[in-house]
Formats: sequence, structure tokens, C-alpha cells
Amino acid sequence: MNQPMTTVPATDLATPAPATASSAVLQVQDLQVAYRTPIGDVRAVDHVSFSLEAGQRLGLIGESGSGKTTMATALMRLTRPPGRIAGGRVLLDGTDLLQLDDNALRRVRLREIALVPQGAMNSLNPVMRIEDQMIDAIVAHEGRQSRKVLATRVTQQLARVGLAPQVARRYPHELSGGMKQRTVMAISTVLNPKVIVADEPTSALDVVVQRQVMQTLGRIQEGIGSAVVLIGHDMGLIAQFADLIGVMYAGRLVEFGPVDDVLTSPRHPYTRMLIESIPKLTAKGRLVGIPGLPPALLALPPGCSFSPRCPYVFERCTTEAPVSQSVGPSRVAACHLYPDRADLPPLPASVVLDPTAPLAVVAAAMEGQQEPGRAEAEAALADELAAEGATQTAAGDSAAGVTGLAQSDIHELTRRGH
Amino acid sequence: MAEQPIPTSSAETPLLELRNVTKVFQSGIRKTATSQTVALREASLVVPSGFPTATAVAGESGSGKTTMARLLLGFIKPTSGQILYKGVDITKMDREQARAYRREVQPIFQDPFEVYNPFYRVDHVLTTPLRNFGLAKDEKEMRRRMEEALEMVGLRPRETLGRYPHELSGGQRQRIMVARALMLRPKIIMADEPVSMVDASLRATILDELRKLNTEFGISLLYITHDLTTAYQVCDNIVVLYQGSVTEAGSVERVIRDPKHPYTQLLVSSIPQTDRSQRWGDDEIPTAEANVGRATTGCRFAPRCASAMETCWSEIPPLFHLDTDRAASCYLYRDAPVLPSEGIGQVFHRPHETPTPVG
Repeated sequence: MNQPMTTVPATDLATPAPATASSAVLQVQDLQVAYRTPIGDVRAVDHVSFSLEAGQRLGLIGESGSGKTTMATALMRLTRPPGRIAGGRVLLDGTDLLQLDDNALRRVRLREIALVPQGAMNSLNPVMRIEDQMIDAIVAHEGRQSRKVLATRVTQQLARVGLAPQVARRYPHELSGGMKQRTVMAISTVLNPKVIVADEPTSALDVVVQRQVMQTLGRIQEGIGSAVVLIGHDMGLIAQFADLIGVMYAGRLVEFGPVDDVLTSPRHPYTRMLIESIPKLTAKGRLVGIPGLPPALLALPPGCSFSPRCPYVFERCTTEAPVSQSVGPSRVAACHLYPDRADLPPLPASVVLDPTAPLAVVAAAMEGQQEPGRAEAEAALADELAAEGATQTAAGDSAAGVTGLAQSDIHELTRRGH
Repeated sequence: MAEQPIPTSSAETPLLELRNVTKVFQSGIRKTATSQTVALREASLVVPSGFPTATAVAGESGSGKTTMARLLLGFIKPTSGQILYKGVDITKMDREQARAYRREVQPIFQDPFEVYNPFYRVDHVLTTPLRNFGLAKDEKEMRRRMEEALEMVGLRPRETLGRYPHELSGGQRQRIMVARALMLRPKIIMADEPVSMVDASLRATILDELRKLNTEFGISLLYITHDLTTAYQVCDNIVVLYQGSVTEAGSVERVIRDPKHPYTQLLVSSIPQTDRSQRWGDDEIPTAEANVGRATTGCRFAPRCASAMETCWSEIPPLFHLDTDRAASCYLYRDAPVLPSEGIGQVFHRPHETPTPVG
């Protein structure tokens, strides 16, 4: 897992990458994605910039509604209406994906930049054998090849993700969840893409399988020397897998930097509070969440989007949106505390809540910081969308995946007079 | 496994007890080896009376943890074994006892979206139980109790009541469910994955509320989860399930900080920790599909276990009592005394009697 960031180990399968002056394989510049709604445009990805070198692993973390999945689809230029890419550039080896015509784009996808989607269960064709799905991908990009060559490539590719050759003849329903996700990974990386975009690839898997799948992804990535953008909501997973971390909040990239540095000394207040809210195995302590709620994108507070929840807030934050600035070697944060400070000062005492305070007092203290207007804006949006027949769901988390008591149980409970 | 008399270590009758409960799901009419799924095998669990405890039931998908929850709520009946509430079998309760059980054991479900009827205001989930149990004399008292409960979970009644579910966030909806449970003054709250659908920044707040229900309101907590980290933070004791069998049980300090059963070890080592000094190893994990050809009539974990011995494939390991705060169902510890399944309460320590942390 501790691969050097710059070296690119090439396998016999890897296509030689053309030497470029800049070592960045993926450059995202000022990317903006907007969703059109009846009450105005919503900026789901707001002026995001970062670059990634070959062999690097970036973890993009964010809560629901932070724009991380919108980001993933925009990188592949898969944004669908009512969403649209409103500006910026996505440079893959110097070529702007956003300017390519449809044919050129089709050639680039999978061969140059590949997506490992969320929920592998729904990404495979249920009526095609695994080998046929993989061969489809190869033939679509490279043209017809002899059956023998294709069979060898399928076997090799399955071996790469740790699956037996027999899996090639199977149908998706014959595979376990972890095997399906690895199969999807095998298909996504069959053409040795330069960039792999993995959108919550393990969100529905158990922890043991999750570890296997992530380690498989890591090995493939090291093998072909591609860059990975891992999108997720699990800080632990990103800490285990990534070299770089990008923290998204309300559509903006609020912090970016090497994982070790960001985890040990976060610069953005949101990053710090997010890290501190994560339960740890090392010691039992009080669980402190972030007060308030993430803002509705339709009713963003003026200035910094995090300001209503931020314990460090000062006047400038409520009037002027902070821009990304350098806050250390290869570190970027969007916060007005910088450049006046070198580091994030300790949390103000008012936030370090009294652990002995009764529940209601703590709750009142937290509710007091909740910004108004969110529920109204969301309700308005939901109503509008419902009226238009849009299939968009209201604010909710996609972190599901574990089966619990089903709805039938709840009805059962109601029936019995609960 | 040899049947042994139930140890009477405690003179008091436990509040809730799962005694050697097995649940077999039958598919089809003919009883063959493949048509039967043992969802839970001789599982026991004790929630003592007298003092509140927080117990985690942890396991991955297919471990039987939701089956256990459904058994405890009386949705399904055990194939064998008993579920006792204050010493009375819940399947043999009279009407009055059943009503009391329904009120005193309150569930909190996983999905804060599905539990609401989108056509009703959120008040509906709060007023229904109050009406059913006759807990409020009039509308005024009903309103007062609802407001009280909402305030206890940190929601402002004025901004919550009268709204429709879609107007609230997942975190808020889940807190209303906590309020609903709280309003009925239950003895036990059974939360099945209460935060798996809630965002990270709100997750900590809800977990903290659950813990406070336990420590401040004296309500015992059964926390059913796949997440060992939150189990460690919220609970005192834990039962780890694997494919319907209890693999390890005891205090969270022992079981999670220093696991002994190979499965628990694998589970704990696979947790992605934010602490980068605790990185996942590079070791290949023995996988289930590697041994898929070999059926086990013994330990369910044998096909994935690196330490599996011949005995493991043919005989079901009993719980071995490793130390005062822990038992593990693994033949690696066959030298330790056998703990009968129904004696599982012996390895649960009381809160405040925290065993010294390991490591």
C-alpha cells in the first residue's frame, strides 16, 4: 500500500504513456457544475481545481449534497440534465475532455479515463456472461481480435483482480457482492486507463470485503500506474487508501493536501470538525458532531458556506466567500483564517461542550447554531421537483447498504398498535 | 453441546433474556439440507434488570443480527429456545403483558426515510403511540409530551411539529424516532443500525444521544450494528455474530481492543481507521470462495479461517470462557472452561466496572 507517489511501475499489459512536460495526468481547473431548478441554478460543484500525477491516489470526501458524486460524473463528462457543466476544464494529459466531440469522447472513456461506479450490482448486464461484457469493452475500443487473444486477456484481467478464470463463464447473479465489484473493476481497467474514477466502490460491502476490494484496486493501480480519484464519505477508507485528500463542502473544495498532513493538522475548520466527529477505536471519548446542518445549495449563506456552523467565524466570513490559497507545502485551503495564521488555532472553548451537561442543554447549544431557511428552501425545491416529475430525491444520505429491518416490519409494528 | 443447568449467578430475573434461541428459515415444503437456513443458532443474550446496560450486537450482512432484532420484537417466533421479558416468554404473554412489552421495548429503525408515511405530518408518528397506549389525557398533554421529547433530542418543537417528512433532513428524522421511543418511557431501546443512513457530521450527535439515553435516562440499549467502532464507543458489552452463530462475546474493551476469535480479529483488522499508523496490512485475506467446495458442519467460519483444524469442520465449537469478561467460540481455546450459551451474561461486565483497557 505504501507505493511511492511518482514512480510508475509498468506491466506488460500497460500501454506506454506519451511523455509530457507536465507530470500531472489529470488537471481540473475551475470546474463548475450547475443543476437547473425552477428557483434558479444550483451550483453543485463550485470552482473546483486540483491536479493529480500518474500513480497518485486522491480521496475526495464529502457528506451527502457536498457535490462529490456530481464531481465524479463531471470528470467523466457524464453529467446529465438538469445538470450541466457550467465552466472550467478537465485536462487529461493536456486534452480538455469538455471540448471533445462525442466520438473523441467515446474513445477516451474507458481507454483513458474509467469509472468504477457505486453499486456494482447494478452496473453489470444480468443476461451476459462476464467474459462477454469484458470482450465488448475491448472490441468497442480496439476493434476485432482473435478469440484466443481475447480469452487470454479476460483471464489475465480476472487474475489481476484476484478472481478465478472460471468467473469468466459466470453470470452476474452467480457472484457475491465483493466478486461483482471486483468484476466491475476488472472491466473498468481492462484498457489500462490513465485515470480511474472510483465513486464509493465499496459502499454496500462488508468491511472485510471492502478491504479486499480496495486492496485489489490499489494493486491494479500500482500495476498500470494510473491515477485514482476515490470518492467517498468514509474518512477511514480514504485514510487507508489515498495519498492525497480533498474535502468538499457545499460544492467547494475547502481543503486539499497530503493525507498524513491533513489528518494530523487540518487547516480548514470543517475538516478538523469532521475528523473529530469520527468515532475512533483508540479511546472512548465523547462523540461530538458538527453543530447545525449542511446548507441547502439553493439557500447558501452569504460568504463562506461553512460560516453558520464554524466556531472560528468572524465578520469577513459572512460577507466574502474565501478563495483557495496555499497553506503549506502542496496544501490548499479555502478559509479566511489564512494567510494571517500559519495553523488552525485550538477550538474556542464555547465549542468544547461540557461533557457533563444534560442532553437538552447540549442540544439547545447546538440547535442555536442551526441556520434558518434550509428547510423552507428544501421543501420548496422538493415541491417544485415533484411537480415537474423529476426523480431527484430530497436531501438524504447514500451511505446505506446494510440491510436492516425492512419496511414490512414497520408496517407489522404499526398493525400491532405501536 | 452438552446441556448444563442455567447458572444462577444473579438472584434477579433479567429484564430481557434470549435463551438458546435458534431460528431456521424453511424454503419450500420438503425439508432438505439446502432448503433450511439457520439464521440464528443457539444464541443467548441478557439485559439485566436493576441497572442500565448498553449491549452491541455486531455482525456483517447475513450474520443474523436483524433476525435477532425481529425475534426480540416478536415479528417472528423462534424455532427453538425462549425469549423472556421479566421472566415471561414473549410468545406466551397475555394481552396485558404483551402491551407492556410493546411499550417498554422500543425499536429505532435503520431507515429514517421509510418509517414515515409521506402523506402525514411527522406529528403522526408521535401521536399514534400516545393514543394507542393512552398516555395522554387530552390534546394539550399530548402536545406537551411531544414537545418535551423533541427537546430532549435537541429538536425545536416549533420547527419540527407540523412538518412533512420530506421537509426534514435524515438526521432530524432519525432524532424524531429517538424522541418517539423516549416519549414512551421504555426500559429498553433497540436500535438497528440507527446511523448507517445519516451523514458523518450528524452521526456523532445521534450516537451521543443514544448513549445519553443509557447513562442519563437509565434506559438499556441494544445496539445492532455492523460498525465495530461505534459499537465500541456507545456500548459496554458486545456479542459478535457470524452466520448466525455467536463467535465472541464480552466487554467491548476485551472483544474489540483485543479480539481472540479469528473472525473478530479479521473484522477488527479490516476496519479502515483514520489513524494512519494503523494501516491495513498487505497480507492476503483467506477468502470464502477459495474454500467454496468444502462444506462445514462445524464452525461456520472454518472455510475462511487460517487457523482451522480438522475438528472445526465437523464440530460446532461451544463458547469457551477465556477470562472474566470474554468468551469465544473457537477450538483454539479448548483448554478454557466451556461456558453454556445461556450463561453469556457472565462475561458482560456492569457499566462503571470498566475492565482495565488492553494494550
